[in-house]
Amino acid sequence: MDAARLSRLPRPGEGVVGYPSRVHTVDVSFLAIGLSRMADAALSRARQLGVSHADVRIERIRQATRTFRDRSLDSTNDSESLGLSVRVVSDGAWGFASGITVTPEAAALLAEQAVATARVSRPLVRTPVELAPEPTYPDATWVSSYEINPFDVAEAEKQARMLDLSDRLLRSAGVSHTGATLWYVQENKFYADLDGTSTTQQRVRILPGFTAICVDEHGYSSMRTLAPPAGRGWEYLIGTGWDFDAEIAELPGHLAGHVQAESVDAGRYDLVIDPSNLWLTIHESVGHATELDRALGYEAAYAGTSFATVDQLGTLRYGSPVMTVTGDRETRHGLATIGYDDEGVQAQTFDIIQDGTLVGYQLNRQMAAAQGLDRSNGCGYADAAGHIPMQRMPNVSLQPAVGGPSTEELIAGVDRGIYIVGDKSWSIDMQRYNFQFTGQRFFKIDNGVITGQLRDVAYQATTTDFWRSMEAVGNEDTYVLGGAFNCGKGQPGQSAPVSHGSPSALFRNINILNTVAEGGQ
Amino acid sequence: MIEAEVLTVQDLVEQALDAATLPTVVILQERTEANLRWAGNELTTNGQMHTRRLTVIATAEVEGGTAVGSISRELSGSDGLLEVVAAAERLARSGPPAEDAMPLVGDYPHQDPWQDPPAGTDITVFADLAPALGAAFEAAAAQGHLLFGFAELTVTTTYLGSSTGLRRRAVQPSGRLELNAKTPDFAASAWVGAATRDFSDVDIAALHAEASTRLGWSATRIELPAGRYETLLPPSAVADLMIYTYWTASARDAEEGRTVFAGPAGTSRIGERLSPLPITLSSDPVRPGAECVPFVVAESSQGSDTSVFDNGLPLTETDWISDGTLTELMRNRAWAERTSTSPAPPVDNLIMEAGGTASLAEMIASTERGLLLTCLWYIREVDPEKLLVTGLTRDGVYLIEDGRVVGAVNNFRFNESPVDLLQRITEVGRSEHTLCREWNDFFNRTIMPPIRVPDFHMSTVSQAS
Repeated sequence: MDAARLSRLPRPGEGVVGYPSRVHTVDVSFLAIGLSRMADAALSRARQLGVSHADVRIERIRQATRTFRDRSLDSTNDSESLGLSVRVVSDGAWGFASGITVTPEAAALLAEQAVATARVSRPLVRTPVELAPEPTYPDATWVSSYEINPFDVAEAEKQARMLDLSDRLLRSAGVSHTGATLWYVQENKFYADLDGTSTTQQRVRILPGFTAICVDEHGYSSMRTLAPPAGRGWEYLIGTGWDFDAEIAELPGHLAGHVQAESVDAGRYDLVIDPSNLWLTIHESVGHATELDRALGYEAAYAGTSFATVDQLGTLRYGSPVMTVTGDRETRHGLATIGYDDEGVQAQTFDIIQDGTLVGYQLNRQMAAAQGLDRSNGCGYADAAGHIPMQRMPNVSLQPAVGGPSTEELIAGVDRGIYIVGDKSWSIDMQRYNFQFTGQRFFKIDNGVITGQLRDVAYQATTTDFWRSMEAVGNEDTYVLGGAFNCGKGQPGQSAPVSHGSPSALFRNINILNTVAEGGQ
Repeated sequence: MIEAEVLTVQDLVEQALDAATLPTVVILQERTEANLRWAGNELTTNGQMHTRRLTVIATAEVEGGTAVGSISRELSGSDGLLEVVAAAERLARSGPPAEDAMPLVGDYPHQDPWQDPPAGTDITVFADLAPALGAAFEAAAAQGHLLFGFAELTVTTTYLGSSTGLRRRAVQPSGRLELNAKTPDFAASAWVGAATRDFSDVDIAALHAEASTRLGWSATRIELPAGRYETLLPPSAVADLMIYTYWTASARDAEEGRTVFAGPAGTSRIGERLSPLPITLSSDPVRPGAECVPFVVAESSQGSDTSVFDNGLPLTETDWISDGTLTELMRNRAWAERTSTSPAPPVDNLIMEAGGTASLAEMIASTERGLLLTCLWYIREVDPEKLLVTGLTRDGVYLIEDGRVVGAVNNFRFNESPVDLLQRITEVGRSEHTLCREWNDFFNRTIMPPIRVPDFHMSTVSQAS
């Protein structure tokens, strides 16, 4: 089990803390920027200007992407962004300014610009900004759990591994083309505020993916690996945390089954949904729906609002009694895992849905204060120094049933149903009611036994109907941490990495669409 | 505000090229941005940002062909510049041959003012907008509704230099404003948007008046079931569908059987009539009001459409669909050479026209019974072979009866193929500059018409309002 509850957080003052596998320290080239000098310059200037709050972030984000098409490298790009930003609350209004010149003088100038921006906006602010308090964490450091930083691995070795796996896939019967992606990130964050918190952090994440394509007399079919992105390093591709060799070997067989599969008859089916698919449904229908800024209307014009309004906290029957969902920024290898958020709040684990009832929201400091709560649960995040922190999703995970059924036992309890594996197409409305998802593969279940694959399947439901139909969740052994690198939110748009743990789960009587019929063909 | 500097951006480009030991392209993009965001009749966040991104693309002869290395980095001065060049060259020398390898684009005559400094913007661009917005907040409060939205202007100046001697410069302003009006219970919602290059043409009072009118249409609520309806799509919704179609219009993907544009046996559907109406879908970098960078700028290659080797290649007006017939798909120079065709790189604007003259209001007036949409949202591909996409209606679905709007209808989930829609459109109105809703983070230069579809497929009802 890779659950949040098993991980451990560093406490303030503990210094560098990693996980038992291997302890890394913060990249010395990031520390060499002179982080404290920049913070002192910006914060002291902000204090002189009379602000009630000021924080400074310096972020350096290294990213590398490689895409492969058949046996060729299709594209390559390495990027590094380094920036500094100052955010203030001045006379009750937010002000923000960012730049790329990392000198004490530039930092002080940004503080002035942030205050000037706050003054421009002050006449249009009715509700003065207040922030929930947080203990201070002076000189705290945190580094994520990984073994091999992908940036330390020779380029030729990385490309060779990707091309070898692609080649094995392409040489398989029934595979016309392949596509592959490798994306890895090293993120360094420094944060300091007027209250005295100062955090320096580093995390590494990786996203490998392979797709097999078949073009034949049946038309076009594709199938992608299930390996989720992970808060791990290069070790992920060579045997730690995922067996890519095994998955590549199995994929052509699954694709061949998909190509030959019968088209589904639209109607109502029982579903056993694998965590490789259910993580995305959790993300869209629970994760986004329980963001407090959405529920309060801050995202109304863009990402939308939420059916899970605050007046229903503690009473909304979100799902069946077997549904318990937590939010956390602590799960080992989780993509949203970190020591301290971008508002200086220490990482936590908290309940969102307990035994089927809505009991909590994701918060940043402003949202917590707006709700009269005494503390944020640490969900402030910005994807770069040049963007304003806002409430972003932590790892949001459906908890397994201790001693519960295996996936096979869940399938055995279905007379007429579908076992859905892997995520693909997804769409949900702006209040998170109506959703439609497809998947990578769909196994037909007849009388408790898988009898082959189906195709052209989409499941469509209203969020609360769906989760209330969840009859059982699988045990700890069925639990997998899925996720994405690129959850979008906010204007200007920001992208956030996030993980979602899920067991297999059984849902009764769900509406299945035939996508070919939906297209009127 | 741009920080004081000793070296000019042109100096940085030249220093990088001077340091290069391989055939190299250098792209420097200076970007400034200002934005305002509001919710519930008050401002929520705002900011001004500045970035400068240097990309060095080195090419190296390796066994079997030419490899490429691309490194991008934020730079405030020349610190780290040589390191970027060296890293790009290391990456190129250690890489396999690139499929899209071609000689770098050589110099050619053009009128770019290379020596001009970067253009920019800051928060003062909203000096007129901010008080107008404040007045709109007061008016909305007086009318009993709430305003939400976002205003943003980014100005990106691109300097592209090549070891071939090519030097090109372009300024790309991109502005957008979204105004969303809601009743206090969030039960009704209306949206209007505008694309702009400098905000001088944005009339908040007029946009608010239009949003208020639409919100007024929601006073009468009508529940309708899922099904196929005669539907009017406004230009914004048409833009969202056509942009998605454009993004899938890769020649190679079609020829490999991967997309809706695939023809039989390794061919594409170029030459096939997609619509009985004289619809043209085109891109034109010099189209007034929708001007965009007139040459290829690519930090990395994308499929066989965009190639780093094509950096600096002039972009010209391209008809993707002409008079209802598919006439072109996107391809880079390498794929063009391989298939004995002409390059057709993507251009950052999209224009749909069919000679229609009717406004949306006139099309409403000529509708006996049908739906009027405002926006489409969360559009995602379900089946690439047919380009079947799903999504939701948003911020106002209205019922038209006998030529007038009689009330607001519930939202729907739709399942439709925009390419299939081209076959079924029965009326195309007058094209106009419009801001798409879903994709305006990435694509906000579109000229689109309103269209009439006799049988738009609303798959299920959404409870969202």
